[in-house]
Amino acid sequence: MSLIRLRTAGTTLGICLILACLGGLRPAAAAGSDLPTALNRLPGASFEDKANIIRDLTQSHPKGARELLQALLEGHVAVRDSDKHVFIVSDDPAGYALTDPLTGRAAGTGATDDFDTVSMNNHLRKSLRAALAQFDLGSPEAAVRAAAVTEMLRSIDESTATILKGQLAHESDAGVRRLIKEGLAMADLDDDVPAPRRLAAIHMLSGSLSPDVYNRLGTLADPGSDTDPAVRRAAVRAMAHIDAWRSFYHAIETLFFGFSLGSVLVLSAIGLAITFGVMGVINMAHGELMMLGAYTVYVMQLILPGHPGASTLLAVPAAFLISGGVGILIERGVVRFLYGRPLETLLATFGISLILQQLARDVFTANNRPVESPPWMSGLWQINGALSITYNRLVIVIFTLAVFAALLMILKRTRLGLEVRAVAQNRAMARAMGIRSQWVDAMTFGLGSGIAGVAGVALSQLTNVGPNLGQSYIVDSFMVVVFGGVGNLWGTLIGGMSLGIVNKILEPYAGAVLGKIIVLIALILFIQRRPRGIFPQKGRAAEA
Amino acid sequence: MKINILRRPLARALPIAVSVAWAAVATVAQAADTIKVGVLHSLSGTMAISETTLKDTVLMLIDEQNKKGGVLGKKLEPVVVDPASNWPLFAEKAAQLLEKDKVSVVFGCWTSVSRKSVLPVFEKDNGLLFYPVQYEGEESSKNVFYTGAAPNQQAIPAVDYLMNDVGVKRWVLEGTDYVYPRTTNKILEAYLKAKGVPASDIIINYTPFGFSDWTSEVSKIKAFGSAGKKTAVVSTINGDANVPFYKELGNQKISAEDIPVMAFSVGEEELSGLDTKPLVGHLAAWNYFMSIDTPLNKEWIRRWHTFIKNPKRTFNDPMEATVIGFSLWVKAVEKAGSADPEKVIETLPGLEVPNLTGGTAKVLPNHHITKPVYIGEVRADGQFDVVWKTKTEVPGEAWSHYLASDKGVVADWVKLKCGNYNTITKVCSGQNLK
Repeated sequence: MSLIRLRTAGTTLGICLILACLGGLRPAAAAGSDLPTALNRLPGASFEDKANIIRDLTQSHPKGARELLQALLEGHVAVRDSDKHVFIVSDDPAGYALTDPLTGRAAGTGATDDFDTVSMNNHLRKSLRAALAQFDLGSPEAAVRAAAVTEMLRSIDESTATILKGQLAHESDAGVRRLIKEGLAMADLDDDVPAPRRLAAIHMLSGSLSPDVYNRLGTLADPGSDTDPAVRRAAVRAMAHIDAWRSFYHAIETLFFGFSLGSVLVLSAIGLAITFGVMGVINMAHGELMMLGAYTVYVMQLILPGHPGASTLLAVPAAFLISGGVGILIERGVVRFLYGRPLETLLATFGISLILQQLARDVFTANNRPVESPPWMSGLWQINGALSITYNRLVIVIFTLAVFAALLMILKRTRLGLEVRAVAQNRAMARAMGIRSQWVDAMTFGLGSGIAGVAGVALSQLTNVGPNLGQSYIVDSFMVVVFGGVGNLWGTLIGGMSLGIVNKILEPYAGAVLGKIIVLIALILFIQRRPRGIFPQKGRAAEA
Repeated sequence: MKINILRRPLARALPIAVSVAWAAVATVAQAADTIKVGVLHSLSGTMAISETTLKDTVLMLIDEQNKKGGVLGKKLEPVVVDPASNWPLFAEKAAQLLEKDKVSVVFGCWTSVSRKSVLPVFEKDNGLLFYPVQYEGEESSKNVFYTGAAPNQQAIPAVDYLMNDVGVKRWVLEGTDYVYPRTTNKILEAYLKAKGVPASDIIINYTPFGFSDWTSEVSKIKAFGSAGKKTAVVSTINGDANVPFYKELGNQKISAEDIPVMAFSVGEEELSGLDTKPLVGHLAAWNYFMSIDTPLNKEWIRRWHTFIKNPKRTFNDPMEATVIGFSLWVKAVEKAGSADPEKVIETLPGLEVPNLTGGTAKVLPNHHITKPVYIGEVRADGQFDVVWKTKTEVPGEAWSHYLASDKGVVADWVKLKCGNYNTITKVCSGQNLK
């Protein structure tokens, strides 16, 4: 549809240009395509007028047009109310810093209120991107050219096909060449192309995983369409080949989603695995310790504005210290008087969780706080047309494994770890050996709480940073620890990961709500059969 | 599960105890010659992000009205309670406002669950509630005035825009799992099918409140949307689940040019907690946008900034609906010469006040009002550019004629005195019974 429309528009324009020439006018003036004319037409232009201005500028390529189009795409073009003069604007302490689009030179500053931004809509942004792509084809960098080609292929028509053919003739980069060939093959799938060329195009495309190719073949393979039977058969065969690969990559994607959800579960549960698993303390304030970690990121970003990456990294040790410190305070102030009385511990720590939540509300208000993502955590890694992995999830999976490894090292390789395990196994015997069990308790609780803070840093990148952050994760954390087996870190890792994967496998079929219910029911049945989780603790201490 | 059971009653009991103590203090301090105005918005919990602003709006309106000398020579006295995003607590707080504090009017509720929860209380005590949020319709109570949009004032025009102006052929109806999204999507599904969209081109998904792991859902949308037909998401996702949803859209590089998301619950206020650059071009349908350039709108935004002492705060659709509701109530009290809810309810239908963005809001016999409809695209600064609007105000319909079960059902509190009158069987099924 849009293909046809674009083409008609092209023809009309062509006819207009010819008429203009016949009339003895300069084409540039007739189409109004030099930069000053375009700038005069911009103020008060309707969306349709703007589309014409963009098209004219793309065709005539006057100097400075690329900068203007780029600014239009970013919404950085504004009209001064007083004299209807058009400027490229950027943020400035005084309001706007102005640039004259004709000369490209700075033109002072102005108050935001005196300007009207030239508004764009989705349709215009799409044509702007296509227009900019044509400019970018001449770029010396292969990556920029590749991006430009990809952009142009999204709405390929005769004129873009001609430009791409021209580009192919002198393109040096192999990747870009392949992209262009694939794109041109797509153009060859059109109905008015002779059958042998179409068949060749289908053959060439059957190895591609790009969704555009898939859709185009899909319309050809549709039994309702009036395609040549040979072409349709070829399209169906190509689709079958692509489908097999797509479902393979889809399975990998689901697995990755499962790992990513699993890492979040493990991360939020691993601190609890220490306090609850090793020490046997039911800490209901665990979620709020995560919340403190998440707020630490927010505060760090306030202290270091404009450096989201550095502030997030710095927030990791800071959150560990803050949550760990609060954890030690909780242990020394409340929990140590309640050892061996689980119900009282539960109530007391629940009270603490309410206090911490209200504290967050009083300090940071009840509203969620915006936390910026570091640049290396946004965007995605497009492995191929069918598989892509978002960086933030990838970073969190790696981060979880790192935290897990570090914790394992502390417990297995340090003196503190040795003492923690000794106290956990047999408190009386450990004390008889000269271990200060009280000090060990405080440090263990602090360690678990600190890890909760670190988990909060990761969660701040995924979800809302607000006073309720902890509540939404506490039930899941207990679930993972109980499922994995109390007192076993490996159990927590494997338990969390398997819950994540099962959840993600179920989600597409059962939906997010029902999927979670099914997982919970399955978990209850599992705990009925094996009350001590996947990896039950063994030995005399466990029976006690 | 044990954990959950233990948490709930405590979570409820604590705020009650605090607010009861607070209310006792407030009662002693009150002067005799005031009209009491109840404010029933969550100031904590998952809905606080949206509702706190509405509380502030009502306080601003009361403050301004008092500076003008109050209503009928009496000062207005706000009674603020916090139902803490806890639906049953809404009913308790409503009963407290109506029975103990004896307020003349209540401005409150955001989610439909909370409105459904307070409805029996308002009907039993014959109170008066102004509900300022867009909702799913299928309701008309004698005691409630709906100043937000009914489905025909938001959802249907938004879908029309996507279908006719954007050329959308495939539809993802994505919502939070509760009554507003479920009913709205039921209406939209019936509407789309009536327009000839095949069932295979519609998918409907629900996620729990506060959902944060959007990876699979978004990847499903991406797959559904790359089938060669223009696809759009119609989002009734509520509250803070929106932030991770849009984050994930941004991360998976789904731009508005490929698959636009049309949201019914995301406005300027929600976007202010978000990095909006990846969202540019996504859509929202409302009856008000802060960026609409009218003198009255600029004046109100200025007043709001002065009151809240922060020139960066946003003004949004439910706030405008609160302003309209409040102005209508003041007008009705002055016309009736009394703040008695019964008299005010009788006076309200037919009254008119100006919208902040132009045109008038008129109270209809079905307790809904007339509203203009705007479609806006998200800008990089978190505001919206209006890309489409209705030519005139659209009258709100309580019952949707696209649903088979609602055929011939009307609400009319002036002539018929019924919220659910079946014009075919000539039977009134009570306040809001199906």
